[in-house]
Order: sequence, then C-alpha cells, then structure tokens
Amino acid sequence: MSTLAKYRSIFRIRFINGLQYRLAALAGLSTQFFWGFMEILLYKAFYQANPEAFPMEFSALVSYIWLQQAFLTLYMSWYFDGDIFEAITSGNVAYELCRPMNLYLFWFTRSMASRVAKAALRCLPVLVIAFLLPEPFHMKLPVNLPIFALFLVTMGMALLLMVSMTMIVYGLTFYTLSPLGLRMIFGSLSEFCSGALIPLPFLPDRIQKFMEFLPFASAQNLPFRIYSGDIAGMEILWGVLLQIFWTGTLIALGALIFQNALKRAVVQGG
Amino acid sequence: MKLYGRYFSIHLRSTMQYPASFWMTFWGQFLTAFSAFLSIYFLFDRFHAVEGFTYQEVLICFASVMLSLSFCECFFRGFDRFPTLIGNGQFDRILIRPRSTIFQVMVSQIDFSRLGKYFQALLVFCYAILTCGVEWTLPRVLTLCGMLLGGTAIFAGLFLFYAGASFFTIEGLEVLNIFIDGGREFGAYPAVIYGKAILKFWTFVIPMAMIQYYPLLFLLGRTDSIWNALSPLAALIFLIPAYLFWRFGLRHYRSTGS
Repeated sequence: MSTLAKYRSIFRIRFINGLQYRLAALAGLSTQFFWGFMEILLYKAFYQANPEAFPMEFSALVSYIWLQQAFLTLYMSWYFDGDIFEAITSGNVAYELCRPMNLYLFWFTRSMASRVAKAALRCLPVLVIAFLLPEPFHMKLPVNLPIFALFLVTMGMALLLMVSMTMIVYGLTFYTLSPLGLRMIFGSLSEFCSGALIPLPFLPDRIQKFMEFLPFASAQNLPFRIYSGDIAGMEILWGVLLQIFWTGTLIALGALIFQNALKRAVVQGG
Repeated sequence: MKLYGRYFSIHLRSTMQYPASFWMTFWGQFLTAFSAFLSIYFLFDRFHAVEGFTYQEVLICFASVMLSLSFCECFFRGFDRFPTLIGNGQFDRILIRPRSTIFQVMVSQIDFSRLGKYFQALLVFCYAILTCGVEWTLPRVLTLCGMLLGGTAIFAGLFLFYAGASFFTIEGLEVLNIFIDGGREFGAYPAVIYGKAILKFWTFVIPMAMIQYYPLLFLLGRTDSIWNALSPLAALIFLIPAYLFWRFGLRHYRSTGS
C-alpha cells in the first residue's frame, strides 16, 4: 500500500507540474490542427490518384490521424526528460539513489506522468472538434462499445510500452554518457516503425507483416487501428497478446539494464 | 566575411573536439531525413503518382526543400536558439559590439550535425535530377538553383520571424514552428495537391509554392511561362518583412536584466 502511494504521489506531482504549461499547450493545439488538416488533404490526394490502392477505409485513416494528433504527446518518440539525462551524465543520480525508492519505477512513473499531463490538456479540444468537422475531415465514433473498451485498454498498455522503450534509452545512457545521438537514432527509428510517419498499412505487405512483429507496432498503431475498425477479430486478439508480451519484456529488460548499470556505477565525491 | 571565417573555424574546431558525438548526431540527422524519404518512397510504391506528379518529380520538391531547410538549420541555428540568448541576457553583450546584430546572432552558433540531413537530401537530389527525365537546359538549371536560393530565403525569413517574435515573448513562439516544420513536412509535395485554399496560402502568406510547385512546372516543361521560371525570386521578397519585423522587435527590446 505505502509503496504504491509513493509512486502515486510522484505521478501527481509531475502531472500537476505538466499542467502548468497551458500556453504551450495552446500553441501545440494549433500545430495539431494544422497537421491533422494537412495530412488528411495529403492522403485525400493519394486516394483520388488511385482509390483501389488505398489500404484502409478513408474514414478509418481520418480517425487514425485525429487520434494521432490528439494523443501525440502520449506516444511521441522524440520526447525525453532532459532532467533525467542531466542527472545521469552529471552524476546527480547519486542523490536520486538516496531516496527509498526503486530508481527505475521512480523515473518510469515520472515519465509517464509528464506524457499524460501534456496529452490531458490537448486531447479533448482536438477530439471534440474532429467529431464536429464536416467531411472529409469528420471523425467517426467507434464501431461499438466493446471495441471502444479494447481501445482504451490498449491505449494504456501502449503508453506503458512507449515509456518502457524510453527507459531503455535512459538506461543505456549510463554506459555511453552521450545521449544525443542515441536519442535521435531511437527517435527516428521508432517514429517510422510505430506508424507515426505513415500508418503501417501503407507499407508494402511483407514489410508491414515484419513491422507488426516489432515492439514499436504495439504502441500507437494498435489502439488507433482498433478504434478505426481497421483491424478486427483474431487480429485484435493477436495484437493484444503481442502487446502484452512486448510490454512485459521491455520493462524487464529496462529494469535489468538499470540494475546492472547502478551496480557498476561508482559515485565520485565532490 | 573574414570574421565569419574565424567564427566558422572556431565552431568547427569545437565541434570536432568530440568527434564520436558529432558523428552520432550527424547520422542521427541523416536518419531523420531518411525516414521522411522512406515515407515518400513507400507511398509512391503503392500509388505511383499523385495529381499527375511522379515519384522522381516529387523527390525534386522534397530534396530542394530539405536542402534549403538543413542549410538554414546549420548556419542560422543562432536564430533558432535566440530565445535562450534573450533569456540569459547574452543578447545585451551583442548589442554593445560594433557589428550588425543579425550577423552576430548568426555566428553565435553553427550546428554542423545538420549536415547529416543535408547530405541525405543531396543524395536524393542527385538521384532525382538524374532520373526525372527532364532535359536540362540552361534556363532550367538556373530555375533549379533559384529554387534552392528561394527556399533558403524562406526558411531564413521564418527563422528571423521566430527570433524576432521572442523580443516580445521572451520565450520562442511555438506557432511559428508550424510553418518551419510544416514547410519541411508538407513542402515535400507540390503545394497544389492540398487543394486551392492551401495553395493560395503557400503562395501569398508563406511563399513555399514559389520554390516548389510553380518552378517545378517549368522544369518539367508543363509550362513555358517565364513567371514560373522566375517565381523562386519572388520568395526572396519574403526576407523583407522578416527583416523589418526583426528591426521592429529590436527597437522594442528590453533586457530581461539577468
């Protein structure tokens, strides 16, 4: 009980902290709308060029794009907590270790909270307006209630997965001490493989099959495609199992890297 | 110019103090541009053409926009980081030196890792001009150079607007990033594919279409109009309001006092 309360309050602190940046959220909101409109127009042009080659229902793609914009901050692969890198490279991590907490869980909670706080400010306006927009920008409601429930569950899992991936990057920083390159390589790799640049169905079939096995596909790709009805039945079941597997594996891997790194870490005086 | 050379060599040497870190970020930048390229590749693998533009033709757009942007990101990085200069009071030091403020902000930072992006765009650019089937006559080559020049002017102008805005807001004005990032992201395709309204916006507000859609038509021989060939020069006009805005901001500058 008390351990849980500890992490819960860390979550709350970070969450409230994140809510402070309302003006930034407003600016972000206009970016999200601009992006959403432009993307839809872009895909519309492709759709008109060759409707048969379009791999999803157009309305499914529209939902995908608006969900992506609404929850951008939840799943962005570029977002890292600068303070954490700072703590690792400057050695201030020693202070963090004095706390009666598991460092992995502490930073995990913290990263999760700042993502949720950012998304909380932005998602509602984007979604509400997307539901009100006329065609072709109009976003549809989910097919039925069970699908919506599945969407919510996989959204949560996808967040855990995304955070567990960033935790591995933090963990590796203990070894390299130069986070920038690692960060960028991870960022662009995961952006492409998770379907943030173009939705995975737009890739050629064989590459798509391969990508769907990778952990990245279990992030935003899965919940967004469940919501939009692009995948159904057994495909959903398979996706969820894979998501659970990857989330578990990556959390274990991250925790292991942390444990190992901290065992080796020598804190210098001064 | 000589002074610029001095600054250039200082920045180059300081970057090269950490070669491993430089190369990591260089390839990181390369990879960002590469994944943007991959998206285009896969979309065209599926659709073959959009609004009558083929893969190679779109790549000319993509590459020239990316070349212009990464050039600006490398050499005008100082404007991108300008809010920090204001925030920590460094800008006051710039004001008391006997050189133009724009020059000093420009040389305050050079980000060589962006050349990774530039390098990737250059490869795509070469591939596209060799395979797009355009007969390269002198006017067309000049137009192509104009596209790069005009593109650089637009992004430089946007950077200047971004920096100028921070005279008033202290922090960077995120809204302007829409046009910088949006220009990179959506400027990769000829502006006409987004429809009439967006084309007008990219023509009259931020003249992105002047450096891709209009001159591209001339390159591909779909029009012989001299205006299409000269349109990249119109993008240079964008620098005027950007410069005036900077001047305006500068006059209103109050130090943060720290």
